[in-house]
Amino acid sequence: MEVWQSLWEAQLGDAVVFGVRFGGHLIVEVVLAVVIVFLLFQKSYQPASRPLSEKEIDQLVEEWTPEPLHPPVTKEMTPPYPVLESAAGPTVQINGRKVINLSTANYLGFVGDERIKESCNATLLKYGVGACGPRGFYGTIDVHLDLETKIASFLGTSESILYSYGLATAASCIPAFCKRGDIIIADDGVSWGIQNGLHLSRSTIKYFRHNDMGSLEARLKEVRKEDERKKKPLNRRFIVVEAIYQNSGKLAPLGEIVRLKEKYLFRLLVDESNSIGVLGKSGRGISEHFNIPIEKIDIITAAMGTAFASAGGFCTGSAKVVDHQRLSGAGYCFSASLPPFLATASISAIELLEDDPSVLARLHNNIALFHKCLSDVSGIRIGSDTRSPVVLLHLRPSLGSFHADAAYLQTIADEMLEHSVLMSVQKRTALDNCALPAGIRVCISAGHTESDIISATAVLKKVMTSKKQ
Amino acid sequence: MSTASILTLYSTYISYGLLFVLGHLRDLCRSIHRAFFAIKDANPPGYAPLCRSYEDFYARRLYHRIQDCFNRPIASAPESWIDVIERESSDNNKTLHRPFKTRRCLNLGSYNYLGFAAADEYCTPRVIESLEKYGASTCASRVDGGTTSLHVELEELVARFVGKPDAMVYGMGFATNSTTLPGLIGKGGLIISDSLNHASIIFGARSSGSKVKVFQHNSPQHLEEVLRENIAEGQPRTHRPWKKIIVVVEGIYSMEGEICRLKEIVQVCKAYKAYVYLDEAHSIGAIGKTGRGVCEHLGVDPADIDVMMGTFTKSFGSSGGYIAGSKDLIAYLKSISPGHMYATAMSPPVAQQVISAMKVIIGEDGTDRGARKLAQVRENSNYFRQELRKMGFEVLGDRDSPVMPIMLYNPAKIPAFSRECLRRNVAVVTVAFPATPLLLARARICISASHTKEDLEQALEVISEVGDLVHIKYFKH
Repeated sequence: MEVWQSLWEAQLGDAVVFGVRFGGHLIVEVVLAVVIVFLLFQKSYQPASRPLSEKEIDQLVEEWTPEPLHPPVTKEMTPPYPVLESAAGPTVQINGRKVINLSTANYLGFVGDERIKESCNATLLKYGVGACGPRGFYGTIDVHLDLETKIASFLGTSESILYSYGLATAASCIPAFCKRGDIIIADDGVSWGIQNGLHLSRSTIKYFRHNDMGSLEARLKEVRKEDERKKKPLNRRFIVVEAIYQNSGKLAPLGEIVRLKEKYLFRLLVDESNSIGVLGKSGRGISEHFNIPIEKIDIITAAMGTAFASAGGFCTGSAKVVDHQRLSGAGYCFSASLPPFLATASISAIELLEDDPSVLARLHNNIALFHKCLSDVSGIRIGSDTRSPVVLLHLRPSLGSFHADAAYLQTIADEMLEHSVLMSVQKRTALDNCALPAGIRVCISAGHTESDIISATAVLKKVMTSKKQ
Repeated sequence: MSTASILTLYSTYISYGLLFVLGHLRDLCRSIHRAFFAIKDANPPGYAPLCRSYEDFYARRLYHRIQDCFNRPIASAPESWIDVIERESSDNNKTLHRPFKTRRCLNLGSYNYLGFAAADEYCTPRVIESLEKYGASTCASRVDGGTTSLHVELEELVARFVGKPDAMVYGMGFATNSTTLPGLIGKGGLIISDSLNHASIIFGARSSGSKVKVFQHNSPQHLEEVLRENIAEGQPRTHRPWKKIIVVVEGIYSMEGEICRLKEIVQVCKAYKAYVYLDEAHSIGAIGKTGRGVCEHLGVDPADIDVMMGTFTKSFGSSGGYIAGSKDLIAYLKSISPGHMYATAMSPPVAQQVISAMKVIIGEDGTDRGARKLAQVRENSNYFRQELRKMGFEVLGDRDSPVMPIMLYNPAKIPAFSRECLRRNVAVVTVAFPATPLLLARARICISASHTKEDLEQALEVISEVGDLVHIKYFKH
């Protein structure tokens, strides 16, 4: 009791502050505590920022010198390219001469086919050329719907969706399903259209070494390890490959990829631009070739400017996959639809292939013959797969860089053209991230005769020997 | 800018709110239903759903209800009268079936400004000839043996038509923007784009890797402010000066019908050393005394525009796009643009259609059909717009522009207007979110030179009747 009494009195005792006596130092202490708390909650001092004055902005504007709109044009930016004077069939007319055409992706030889031209003719007379609107606004013509049904029934999927440009197909499809936070593991040799789609999706992209399943599995394991470490909510994961790579002609080992995708719980997107109408007993693509049910591939995209001798592209898969793109596929919603006669050309091409699958045998015979004829050429090595209609001829030994190889190969291609064989060197724009070696891309067609192949390879051998000397 | 009344705005807000609430309630019921009946998820275990639920909420709960108003298939050429295929649904619009019933309707939706959509007496025989000679496609890119003499002729003609030294063509209008912008500008550059620019420009800008800023729609004053601010500040964080600045505008804005204030914008850009990129998708061939686009219409010298872009889909009845500029610019773009180097070349008959249509417009076919078409579309557009305004509709767009949006606002009026017009044999296009801002839904009319006076009268009658039914005559006195 006394302790409490004395404590109480102590509180009310006098305080001395700077020599001045105050009654009740408890009050002073409380005031001090309040001041301390107040100061703690104050923001730290920041000198006020002075906005730039109009005069200063004017000065900065005057000082600023932008770069020119484009860099100076050099001679190597403007190589002349061949101008065709007839249809781009197995032989073509350039500068009045008949030339063997090994440069266009006319794999089944349908360019210039009379039956396709007849159906296109009828469509042109009925519908005109353009569709004059996007799919959402009266640009959906019944031939588009027919083609979508035809593709789905040909491949054995539920539905398909058409795009009016081959390059825009993958670039619209990938961002529709992958957004920020999703993971995509892609081959580092994919073509520009897919690279663009990957970039626009803003997902986390991991690349694996071109067509190397060990590297793919390593990436998948990395992702799994990160999962175990971080415990984030489940996101969408895709593996993106091409069936036959545009940049190298290699075939993707689909069986192995499907096994990996099922083991690590990823979805699969395959671009079949160069394999549709080429691989498989009836040309249904890589899944038929490897005898894998097509449902195992979640999304298939393809350009129709190859075996189908048309233009545009399509994407196919389950009904959910296709339906979602009708509102989220940028190239579908915001672009005019495919000209109707090109849709009819594709329908006719598919029908011709279904009626007469022997055209596939002719194509593969030609490819085998081409490989055989070039088996003993020095200075050139074939980098592509033996079943690929896209044959890549690389320099052996390489001159060290893409540009050096490409420049040298261009001299070979120019000489070939003088001897009436049209071949093209792979071009690569500065915007392309692919690092595969340069090569001449030869496109074999079912329309080539055996003598075309034999004489073309003979000319190549002659040019290579003369160059060595 | 629209001047809707407070009542309209509030009722629109409330309508959308109701739709969202109902949509979420239905989603809730669906998940309860699934949990209760232990319905297996469509996804295999261990996989995330293919579409996140909020991504396709709009598609499932709002869009599907009025799905029959969009993607209407037609069974004829997209000219002034079309056969619209009537689809039926047995499950409340979730899926639509296609029986063989068609309905002949007046087409106010297709981009057919000069009437080249169907078979044309000058163009079609030449297109068929080119099909015979070159086939339907070249199956190769322009640099790999896909260039035919038609492509060379087309590029020369386009350059001459637009008034620039050189031009290049692409097979798709969308890809023209999305593959050219990355070639022109990259990291360290700045793109200043109009707030209502098309998705292809946004795609191209994003693909390029440069920074993108937006200025208020069609406002040269705000553009100047944005330019001053950004040049003074420099790049974000480092404050280094920008490598270059490109200002992207459109000739006619397709959702507004407005013509760009190009003269003032070009003046501002010159003062601040920015480059001008003009997208004439809707204006080339449709406005201007001889159809040369917005430069001719407003009296701007094409030499002042650094990059001119346009498409062939609208006024030429074809497909594809072009870029026109100085010889060096085109040579540079040809060496770097992925659309030129990788994509399949434009189909030869498509190129021939553009060549023939352009010749008709210039008058090189030996007749004055081109000049008559141009005068007709201008007359039709001005008459139609005037009459609609007289009736009390809120119509956007400038004089001479063939694109005229009629404001609807409320989400319920979108399907009402569309279906009632279809019932009376007029096919219209209605646009809602996300192509327009949420509250500003509209019906967009595209006038064509092939619409006759009787067609326009009939359209006006029907639109007036439906307008009364649906209460969209906001400015009626």
